[in-house]
Amino acid sequence: MNFGLLSLLIWLPIVAGIVILFMGSERIAAVRWVALIASLATFVASLPLITGFDSGTFALQFAEKLPWIPAFKSYYALGVDGIAMPLIVLTTLITVPVIVAAWTVIEMRPAQYFAAFLIMEGLMIGVFSATDALLFYFFWEAMLIPMFLIIGIWGGPRRVYATIKFFLYTFLGSVFMLAALIYMYVKAGDYSIASFQSLPLTLVEQRWIFFAFLLAFAVKVPMWPVHTWLPDAHVEAPTGGSVILAAIMLKMGGYGFLRFSLPITPDASRELDMLMIILSLVAVVYIGFVALVQQDMKKLIAYSSIAHMGFVTLGAFITFQILNNSGSITGAVLGMQGAMVQMISHGLVSGALFLCVGVMYDRVHSREISAYGGVINRMPKFAVFMVLFALANTGLPATSGFVGEFLVILASFKANFWYAFLAATSLVLGAAYTLWLVKRVIFGPVANDHVAHMDDLNGREFAILFVLAIGVLGLGLWPQPLTGVMETSLHHLVDQVMIHKVPL
Amino acid sequence: MPHTDITFASLAPALPEIYLTLMICVVLMVDVFAGPKRRGLSATFTQFTLLLGAALTAFISHVDQRTVLFDGLYVADELAWVLKLAGFLFVAFALLYSRTYLERRGILKGEYFVLALTALLGVFVLASANSLLTVYIGVELLALSVYAMVAFDRDNGIAAESAMKYFVLGAIASGTLLYGMSMIYGMTGTLSLDQLAATLHGTPNLGVVLGLVFVVVAVAFKLGAVPFHMWLPDVYHGAPTSVTLFIGTAPKLAYFALAFRLLGQGLQGVATDWGRMLAALAVLTLIVGNLVALAQTNIKRLLAYSTIANVGFIVLGFVTGTPGGYSASLYYTLVYVLTALGSFGVVILCSRKGFEADQLDDYKGLYKRDPLLAFIMMVLMFSTAGVPPFVGFWAKLRIMQELWVTGHTWLVLLAAGVSVIGAFYYLRMVKLMYFDAPVDQPGTDRQTGVRMALGFNAAAVVILGLLPSPLLDLCARLIR
Repeated sequence: MNFGLLSLLIWLPIVAGIVILFMGSERIAAVRWVALIASLATFVASLPLITGFDSGTFALQFAEKLPWIPAFKSYYALGVDGIAMPLIVLTTLITVPVIVAAWTVIEMRPAQYFAAFLIMEGLMIGVFSATDALLFYFFWEAMLIPMFLIIGIWGGPRRVYATIKFFLYTFLGSVFMLAALIYMYVKAGDYSIASFQSLPLTLVEQRWIFFAFLLAFAVKVPMWPVHTWLPDAHVEAPTGGSVILAAIMLKMGGYGFLRFSLPITPDASRELDMLMIILSLVAVVYIGFVALVQQDMKKLIAYSSIAHMGFVTLGAFITFQILNNSGSITGAVLGMQGAMVQMISHGLVSGALFLCVGVMYDRVHSREISAYGGVINRMPKFAVFMVLFALANTGLPATSGFVGEFLVILASFKANFWYAFLAATSLVLGAAYTLWLVKRVIFGPVANDHVAHMDDLNGREFAILFVLAIGVLGLGLWPQPLTGVMETSLHHLVDQVMIHKVPL
Repeated sequence: MPHTDITFASLAPALPEIYLTLMICVVLMVDVFAGPKRRGLSATFTQFTLLLGAALTAFISHVDQRTVLFDGLYVADELAWVLKLAGFLFVAFALLYSRTYLERRGILKGEYFVLALTALLGVFVLASANSLLTVYIGVELLALSVYAMVAFDRDNGIAAESAMKYFVLGAIASGTLLYGMSMIYGMTGTLSLDQLAATLHGTPNLGVVLGLVFVVVAVAFKLGAVPFHMWLPDVYHGAPTSVTLFIGTAPKLAYFALAFRLLGQGLQGVATDWGRMLAALAVLTLIVGNLVALAQTNIKRLLAYSTIANVGFIVLGFVTGTPGGYSASLYYTLVYVLTALGSFGVVILCSRKGFEADQLDDYKGLYKRDPLLAFIMMVLMFSTAGVPPFVGFWAKLRIMQELWVTGHTWLVLLAAGVSVIGAFYYLRMVKLMYFDAPVDQPGTDRQTGVRMALGFNAAAVVILGLLPSPLLDLCARLIR
């Protein structure tokens, strides 16, 4: 079954983006429709990934392979397994609301705005589907350019600071990853990720490579203490930029850990898993407290993202202790499943929350919590969605947020009671900062004139929030399709992690 | 030494030089007869000369095997062929970009083009040098032409000052080169690079090492490696932008050839010795070039320090002392010249008579005033920063690959680290053009032909970035 579906998903939005650049902002009405149709077409085109996916195998599916740079034995090689596939569908899904949300809101250079998001969509799909490390890095870095421009051109008052910080942070992480990739190429003789995974490496080499990957992925996730770019970037980015950042770009860090760090450097990961667990728990607990005191809605959601992503890294790296304590492979898979579900769920929930903030910002032009109050009186429909997503953010059962956190906490019990205990504080802290936010913004009497003049959701806004709400509830009520898809791939990953590349 | 009869057939490999020499005379004559009223004629004629030269080189004088001519003084190989072809094309583009600039300042004179062509001849001589003597002739021919070009706008004080600096420092460097060569000659008794390669290997005696130090210093000066880089920012800044553009193109190819022919071929036997010297220079160059670039407010100086930083990478390729490393350096040089050509092209198109567009602030909000130029500049800046999907990424990748192959771990890490520092000032350029509000500035140049050439230049950066294989394979084939 190889008709270049993944290539289509990558290049369709990129080509559409370039076409839009040429159309220019003068033909904005046409531009909007082209952008919408392109993003919808990409989403529809990504559905065969779900229907045609064989969840019984961990092998790469929808694989494509064309010679790219014969001199380096590097291929234009694409393919997905149960880890990458859900993330690709998440990407195609999230881009549609981003386009719709910007429909009339962006006044400055709108064509370029749509083009940037479409081009970025293609590059992000490229990151998730590349099975050649060089191609992966190519997409990974190229993605920085549109994001840099999105924050820098359409961002808030401190956008220049935020976007340069964002770029340099991520660039710093990635160049060392590049150095590690080249090192492995020199040893392995080609750039395929599979041959990196089976490459024998000494413990010292693994440690170096592990840290190089850590630098790249920890910045992206972001993990404490290299998270400081995120609140700045989120606050300054336009709504769409925040949504893409939170929903998809952060997932690339988690994806990187699962695809690169764990299988390529299993011994170093085993040796350094305590470090990762501690950093994850710090993110969950400490950043949870930090989120509590935020005055700015976007900043609060940004910190909540960091805390939630802590679950992803925790779920990925408690594997070793579970295997050590109980030898239970199912337990290890459970943690990773939790990490994956958490990524997808957080993609939907944080994306939706940023869209909600965007809806309010478009009406009042403030992100300060104190500028709001009693929004429910003026915007009842909106309030329903906002409360739903807020509850999903706290991990309420029946929402997708619950599934991921629950799986990770469950798995941590098998590793160590205290991990589970600390991770579970997030349920309290998350509830505290999110519900307090809802209380201050949504409920109560109408706080001021601005709020008194807010209009409820228009059809466009309703539609996008509705779709995301379906996703959040759907995954929460019936997560089996998602967990089923990834199960075999994660089993395989645990098998890879259990291999000792270094003789004991 | 082998003696051969000189026939037309045996001269064929030297066709580019012979053609260029003849055409220099013709351009001189054209200029004399055209008189001061038809200044544009010699410019047009020079363009024609360069394009015809490129065509001749490409289709008639293609060399695929190494041929030695003129009693071993001259070598024609595929590397030289590619460098000459690239020289013709890059100079054609450079002169195309600068024509209006020269016209507006009243320095569109035949001499300018003659000097550019003699400089190009120097480049060719260096590209084909096979003896210390030829190397020296090439260096001087190139350098003397360029000194004069820097001073070309003679009423301009800064230009005259920088020409003077360049001349004095360049003369010292030439002296150093000659001194080093004489020592090596004294120790080995030969000027031929082939014979040097055959005699020198293993642990050389102290005299050769001493000569080597001087040669390395001269090469470092010509390339602009720290601490022999002092001339570069001043010359880049002081010279008319068209000359800065010129210096950034063909001469860079020549100095790559200088380093490769001298060190990589003639003195390959003592690569460990000069490798260590170059490693120290490369480290300094990367650090100083990138850090000092951060503080610049003048775009020509900024691009000068960016050149220095890039030279650091080129030198890193030589540090490896392997053919793979040299070919990585060659690739880096070609890519860098392509990108620098475009960047200075944008600077030239933004300038007007009495307005040099050389302050960074002059580029504020360029996006609003001229979206195409801003976009081209952005592509070039990201490429120089080494961000995919642009070709600059592959250049850095090649260098890092070769450093890993030869086990230079710390240099890899340094190269990675300074790339991040470098990214900052390229990003700042993008920031000025795209994020800042426009300032009141004269409009940019709207000549369709030049803009198309510039667009072509940027397109090459993108296409070679997406499909890097042809150029990578070519560079790998040239130096094996």
